[in-house]
Amino acid sequence: MPNLSPKKNSMPSQDPKLRARNFDEVALGYTAEMAVEEADRCLNCKKQLCVEGCPVGISIPSFIQKVKVGEFEEAYRIISEASSLPAVCGRVCPQESQCEGRCVRGIKGEPVGIGRLERFVADYHNAIAPEAPQKPVSNGRRVAVVGSGPAGLTCAGDLAKRGYDVTVFEALHTAGGVLVYGIPEFRLPKAIVAKEIDTLKALGVRVEVNTVVGKTVSVHELMKEEGFEAVFIGTGAGLPRFMKIPGENLKGVYSANEFLTRVNLMKAYRKDSATPIQHARRVVVVGGGNVAMDAARSALRLGADQVYIVYRRSLDELPAIR
Amino acid sequence: MYRILEKRKLNPTVTLMKIEAPAVAKKAEPGQFIILRTDADGERIPLTIADYDRAAGSVTIIFQIVGATTEKLGHMETGDCLCDFVGPLGRATETEGLRKVAVVGGGVGCAIAYPVAKKLFEQGAEVHAVVGFRTKELVILEDEFAAASHRLVKMSDDGSWGEKGLVTDALRGLIESGEVYDEVITIGPLPMMKFVCKLTREYGIKTVASMNPIMIDGTGMCGGCRLTVGGETKFACVDGPEFDGHLIDFDEAIARSSMYKPFERAAHEATCNLFSKEVK
Repeated sequence: MPNLSPKKNSMPSQDPKLRARNFDEVALGYTAEMAVEEADRCLNCKKQLCVEGCPVGISIPSFIQKVKVGEFEEAYRIISEASSLPAVCGRVCPQESQCEGRCVRGIKGEPVGIGRLERFVADYHNAIAPEAPQKPVSNGRRVAVVGSGPAGLTCAGDLAKRGYDVTVFEALHTAGGVLVYGIPEFRLPKAIVAKEIDTLKALGVRVEVNTVVGKTVSVHELMKEEGFEAVFIGTGAGLPRFMKIPGENLKGVYSANEFLTRVNLMKAYRKDSATPIQHARRVVVVGGGNVAMDAARSALRLGADQVYIVYRRSLDELPAIR
Repeated sequence: MYRILEKRKLNPTVTLMKIEAPAVAKKAEPGQFIILRTDADGERIPLTIADYDRAAGSVTIIFQIVGATTEKLGHMETGDCLCDFVGPLGRATETEGLRKVAVVGGGVGCAIAYPVAKKLFEQGAEVHAVVGFRTKELVILEDEFAAASHRLVKMSDDGSWGEKGLVTDALRGLIESGEVYDEVITIGPLPMMKFVCKLTREYGIKTVASMNPIMIDGTGMCGGCRLTVGGETKFACVDGPEFDGHLIDFDEAIARSSMYKPFERAAHEATCNLFSKEVK
């Protein structure tokens, strides 16, 4: 008999008063018991709508069936067949519009907490510190990946598993792209990103930081001189757009990218950080998406007394995840 | 790792370093810059490429000690390694087709003006270098400028080196005496560049200014280095660092450049104290 609770098994989290002033992760993750209980809410449908909603097609009901019976490592193996970054995706994938958005349990109540389960399985696997994954047999073909964000890392992982010799080129000094410069520590701890990248390295993926493709080396050179047969360009969203709002270049006005890069990549929230940041008492964040929320929450944690979010439409239309 | 191959003090606060960075040296052009971190906890700072040697695989940087990072960098020695060194970033100086140019440098900005003067000189352009320093003690690259220009005008605020006065006085003198320039290229403190541009606008001489704003990634991702040029928002890291000096909003750039002055000063003092403790 499945667990018929209309609500997801709640995930422990830091006390709101406490977490508003620190950069530690907000959500603390399921225990094994909580995970099994939540997995019991899955009906293991014949028509797997959740899988259709997943961009990489993880065999979701199959891994959840393994969680149900406590075979967490087997669940991890199933997720890994399709995903190279489960601990990351379990935390920051927009599940509500993908897998969970299609879950039948969501029609009358809350969908199965697929993201929470994925996170649990990945953390369980990483915590028991298993041996590094076996390096696949090389097929001797070289592929260059430009950019080490989620797209580049996923591409690198998928190719490495198929035996390709993959080198990822990153412009910054740390691999991870938006996972390290954009998404704050309290939503996605950087140690988890580093761990996922270490897993890719164990699969044979090489990472070259401090390399701006197009400046330090050209795509042409990669293909003609350095022997790469294919190049995947995963350079991300690119330049922030400014909207010619009068005053937007005044001192103290940041793009979200700059503010979050200072906080996340450069660790400006630490007292001993070499990178400066404005410690403002009153902060206005313009916009209502997930990035705006990251900026507002970071500003609060940096010690602001008041943080306002200014959004042009109604609260119901605010695009950030609830 | 990026090894320091050579270190030379040019004056009490300005240091030259040759860094082993073959990939950067292979592509570097005058006008472009690099971003470095001294150590894994360091901040990213942009520095313009002062020179490069493709065969030796080295890139030369010249920096003035102003904050904690440059202080730390100044304490590093030949044989030490920088944690990160990325580039070449930004666009190269456009020198093609120029026949007669005035290169106007001020203070440590002369370190950036020099490779531009050298490239123009090597291309066969007539180069007039106008360089200014506060005082004789701070002069850098005098011989280099002399070798890379047809005419060198030396200026100092206190008259201890060359003529007493500002580079703008010297430039006005040259123009008034009948020198006709295709272009003026100016690199130095923001107020100096502002007034050079104001002067050349009077005479209708095309002027290029090299901007050095606050920056983080240097690839166009963060927008921290933005400035207004001709009413448009531009990024110094990818659209520059050189822009049409007559279109730059210098007052805005000056205001933005002071964003972290108090932090910079405090961090510099803290770092100095740390080093002086180590000495004791």
